[in-house]
Amino acid sequence: MGISAAGMYGQLTTGKPVQIISRTSARAPAHYFEVQIDTKKNEPQILEKKQIDWESQRGTQVTMEVEGRYQKGRASVDEYIEQTIIANPHARLTYLTPEGETKEHPRTYPQLPPSPREIKPHPYGIELGMLLKMLQDTKSHWLSGFLAGDFSRVSPRLAEDICKAAGLSPRARPRDVHGQAAETLYKTIQSTKIMAPPTNCLSPIGETAILSGLYQQIKGDFYTAASRPPAVYRGNPFVIEAGLAYGRGSEQGQESQEKQAIPLAEGEQQQDDNELARVIRYANRVPLLYQQSACAIFKAVLDTSWRNYGVSQSRGALPSGPMVIFVHMASVWVPFTSESKEAIADYDEIRKEITLALRECGRRLGAFLRRRERADSEHRRRNIFELYIEEVVESCNRLKGGRLPTAKLKEQLQKMALARTGGEKTDELLGKNGSGPEGLPHSIIVTPEGVEGAVPVLIGEAPGGAVSSNGAPAEEEKTAKPSRLTGKTRRRRRGQRGTAGKPTTRAMRRKA
Amino acid sequence: MAQKPRRTSAVEKKLVGVADVVIAAAQRRKDPTLAIPVRSLSNVTFNQRNGLIEMGKRKQARSFFNVGMAKKFMQTVLVADALCELQRANLTTSLREIYYRTKHTIKNSHENTLDTQDESDPLIEDLEVTLAALREELHVRAENAGSVVGPLVLVDDGDRVDCAKLGKGGYSVPSIVEPEYLQITRCTADFVLLVEKGTQWNRLSEDKFWRTYNCILLTGNGQPPRGVRRLARRLHEEKRLPVYVLVDNDPWGYYIYSVVKQGSINLAFESQRMAIPKAKFIGLSSGDPESYGLPRNVGIKLNDKDIARARELLAYTWFQKKSWQEEIKRMLSSGLKYELDALANKDFQFLTKKYLPRKLKEKDWLD
Repeated sequence: MGISAAGMYGQLTTGKPVQIISRTSARAPAHYFEVQIDTKKNEPQILEKKQIDWESQRGTQVTMEVEGRYQKGRASVDEYIEQTIIANPHARLTYLTPEGETKEHPRTYPQLPPSPREIKPHPYGIELGMLLKMLQDTKSHWLSGFLAGDFSRVSPRLAEDICKAAGLSPRARPRDVHGQAAETLYKTIQSTKIMAPPTNCLSPIGETAILSGLYQQIKGDFYTAASRPPAVYRGNPFVIEAGLAYGRGSEQGQESQEKQAIPLAEGEQQQDDNELARVIRYANRVPLLYQQSACAIFKAVLDTSWRNYGVSQSRGALPSGPMVIFVHMASVWVPFTSESKEAIADYDEIRKEITLALRECGRRLGAFLRRRERADSEHRRRNIFELYIEEVVESCNRLKGGRLPTAKLKEQLQKMALARTGGEKTDELLGKNGSGPEGLPHSIIVTPEGVEGAVPVLIGEAPGGAVSSNGAPAEEEKTAKPSRLTGKTRRRRRGQRGTAGKPTTRAMRRKA
Repeated sequence: MAQKPRRTSAVEKKLVGVADVVIAAAQRRKDPTLAIPVRSLSNVTFNQRNGLIEMGKRKQARSFFNVGMAKKFMQTVLVADALCELQRANLTTSLREIYYRTKHTIKNSHENTLDTQDESDPLIEDLEVTLAALREELHVRAENAGSVVGPLVLVDDGDRVDCAKLGKGGYSVPSIVEPEYLQITRCTADFVLLVEKGTQWNRLSEDKFWRTYNCILLTGNGQPPRGVRRLARRLHEEKRLPVYVLVDNDPWGYYIYSVVKQGSINLAFESQRMAIPKAKFIGLSSGDPESYGLPRNVGIKLNDKDIARARELLAYTWFQKKSWQEEIKRMLSSGLKYELDALANKDFQFLTKKYLPRKLKEKDWLD
């Protein structure tokens, strides 16, 4: 909804104003405001404004009281926070739950995202009404000056060309251009060739940060992230980033293996889960929780043929498997389907970029799955003979009335089995195939032996940091992730650099 | 159980031979391989001279050191082991019990030796053909899925069974009817009538059709099991009785008749022992609805499967007789099939009182 709507909602349900504290530096005093909206005039009302003492040196604090139902599970506050952490690994989050718990989510990514630059609107991206308003409000005296000055990518020359093409005088006063003339101008602008807008106004999360966010929050065997180069729809630059986490993580794998040790009865299967993938959507780092099926991101996920990447998918459904799909759209103007900002509108350019990003992630996942499959099948091939030799020898022994030198027969058969499955060569192949995300950029592979790939550095506030790094679903919050720490990769711990904290960077290398 | 000990040991020897294959191959560092005759249409031929379906010579190799076959090989050896156990203990058992006997979880794994009975059943058939041992010799029996009634006296396990004094229910035909298990002591019947459906057999039994026409009534409740086929064959061979087959008028009925007459494709190796090349097809023929005045509305439209099956039958070498080609084509052109039960449309006792008497009188049957 946005902050203004949230404040409004609070005002309507509880009647309490929004309280804001803001401070720009240690030398400046902190300001305290209480703000309400005059619902008749749709204007802000400042109820109180004073300077106060504040313990933080820099930052903004917004407090509002709203009425609502606190629930867990899907589309809950907890889910929102969890998803926020994934997309904002550079931020430290403290969540005081209504149950009285304090959940600390430390930073897991050291770099702050670059602040976006402000740009002027691109002429392709505005509507006629907007153009009329801009014509009224501009400070320019000439039409050509208005075009060149208030829009990006319009040079004075181009501005004159547009005026000429629209049959208007470049010297016309912008305020006098209205009605038919404005409409002609608008149409001319749309049909003129104008350079794409600059893209430095965007603040994408970045592949390594996404990878770090996913890796810290979601248990899995494989992680990857892909960013698309900036693109433009209707004059608005945007960037699509996608990420993917696959698998159950090594701990759960072990658990399920233990479960399988019970002999299976007829009709029982090894493990029949039809779990579907989860899609998490973001617009400018903010999680979108509602209206999933109306969203361009969700549609793009459905339209991607995941079967090409070794993941099963029923017609018109999400891919199935233990998988989380992350998609982020960063843009100066995210086209939502409605004012509630729940779903991204389906523009061809956006859809195309999402699809391309998803395919890139899918390709890497496919490569990973194929590699694991190959290693598995090689392993199985070896095991098959090993397993069956025992049975065959036992049966033969019984057939021969128990008078068979079983050890000898077993040895003979085992020798043959070894010769046929390639012996040491297979071992080598196994080791080679089972590891290393070579050729897979921006990916992490978790195996029982350790973690490989672009593993993010772990940052804790204090050594051993009271890290309640919570897992994907809220219930798993308390489960620690010991297997992660026993990787063969080195991890660095660092003193955290909070938004208002002292910049003490204490780097310490240690082998985990 | 009366048994010849020499014969049992021969089968046992054959089963032990499976272990010998493995041991010998291991010693020579060769892949242990069993040569199993192929059981499919491509490996059977119809012998025009004796009128039997015979198995060809093609064999498939099942070897252990082949990822695709390793498990099957292991299972085959396991089943052979279980069958040998039966021989030694002198017990008979069912297919399902063999499955349970051989099922266990392989050591140090989560894998079962067998997952369903569908895996073990074909292995038993494989062993039957490979070792040239009959299922009865392997001491495996099927369910008693057949009944017999008529002027026939049998001795089963030393008990005298008079099939004329068993009421409407008759005697349930065991799956193993070899002379060492079941002896035919007296038979005064003139012919054998093998009925496809239990319901029609009940009708004939209730009406004491066998008494009026001095015949033996047999049913296999659908596709007749081995016991029923073998008993019919023995009555035909030992007592020189003609065998008439009464089935529904549909492709499946025709095929049941052909199995009784020439043997089946899957068990072609049993033809020698089971088939009755002189068996006659007494009905229901596709010409009968017309000649017996059955209305069209008691017919059932042939579905796609029926039509496809009928086309297959037309292509079988043992259905090449002109009369048979006409019979099947007539059914196809009418587009209808008729159940035996449809005769009840005329009268409940139409089958006993009108249909069969007229058929027998006119000698209206197909060969």
